[in-house]
Amino acid sequence: MKLPRARGPVSTAVFERILQARDVLAGPLRVELASGDPIEDDDLQVTLWALYELHYRSFEDVDEGWEWAPELLAVREQLEAPFERALREEVRPQVAAVVGAPGDLADRLFALTDSFEGPSLAEHIQRHATREQVQEFLLHRSVYQLKEADPHTWVIPRLEPDIKARLVELQFDEYGGGRPARVHQALYARALIEAGLDASYGAYVDDVPAITLALSNATSLFGLHRRLRAAALGHLGAVEATSSIPCRRFAAGIRRTGFSDPVAFFFDEHVEADAVHEQLALRGICAELVKATPGLEADVVFGATACLTLEARFAARLLEAWDNEEHVVPPPRQEAQVPA
Amino acid sequence: MTAAAGGRRGDSDVEVTLCPGGPMLLRGASHVVGEDGARHEVQRSVVAVCRCGSSARAPWCDGTHKLLA
Ligand code: FES
Ligand SMILES: [Fe+2]
Ligand SMILES: [Fe+2]
Repeated sequence: MKLPRARGPVSTAVFERILQARDVLAGPLRVELASGDPIEDDDLQVTLWALYELHYRSFEDVDEGWEWAPELLAVREQLEAPFERALREEVRPQVAAVVGAPGDLADRLFALTDSFEGPSLAEHIQRHATREQVQEFLLHRSVYQLKEADPHTWVIPRLEPDIKARLVELQFDEYGGGRPARVHQALYARALIEAGLDASYGAYVDDVPAITLALSNATSLFGLHRRLRAAALGHLGAVEATSSIPCRRFAAGIRRTGFSDPVAFFFDEHVEADAVHEQLALRGICAELVKATPGLEADVVFGATACLTLEARFAARLLEAWDNEEHVVPPPRQEAQVPA
Repeated sequence: MTAAAGGRRGDSDVEVTLCPGGPMLLRGASHVVGEDGARHEVQRSVVAVCRCGSSARAPWCDGTHKLLA
């Protein structure tokens, strides 16, 4: 993967720097952030996405030596601070309603994920979406799904042995239970190919809006900071607990619009896997973590609600465009395939 | 429901966890015999067996229990 295109002054400055060979004497990088909502800020989100990516698969045109360059970490912090603040601000009332309320934390988190307000992308895909809308949905999702599970894996070494064992058990399933072809990232790549889309890592990063990048960046933010480990696990819990039933709907919509079983298979797998994972994540991991360290409850709930609120915004964005018979990102044109 | 779980290395290794209002988690099982008498192989290290009777993927839980409340 190549470095994405710059989308403003911050990404321009950062990308110019990292397209050069690592220079330990290069000195600080001064950037000025635009005002406005960091979640919808293309320049901020694409810069953050690229800076995080240095820790994952990175870019063929970037010197690997940049990963821990202090001037990049300083910029990253400058971007993360308003992003985290905006997320916390956005979910303050929902977090306050759940934290410290009576009842088992896992039950409260299940209630939260079941009742969180937002438009249902899954219902639309199941019943009404066109083939092109299904493709568009798949391509937005690819930005995160091709690194699915990786951001939460950063948390493993930060946990006590008993919770660590539970998280590894869950992640083992995300990574295919030892079978490379069953790694969820690989299942997603297969779905993209079979749907006529580009399955190469990061292929659609240049096309998608800030909100799509923010979905991925929030997990990286939580995963890469020890301070936010509880938010990462809350985020994981919310992902798992909002997956089984929606994935059944996505799979139905994918088949309804004439795509093949391998496109639907990623979603079929998640119906069953995430019915397990939601129990592991909310009961075995989040609730146990907080039992051992009660001070982490607020961040578990923060991570969960941050996930839900970003998903709701993302869904609203797509549905609004589709309502107007438009696309946020037009899917690549191709020969119409007639369902058999 | 009736479900029989077969152990991979002897039945004593199978751990059963009942989730409030939800499925039964099985660790260490090799297969589950469903209500229909059919044998369902366990494909992951933990599986969730439906207890509410409403799953479309019996014997496995598919999250449907959450819609029953
Ligand atoms: S217990 Fe989950 S679907 Fe029945
Ligand atoms: Fe997964
Ligand atoms: Fe999962």
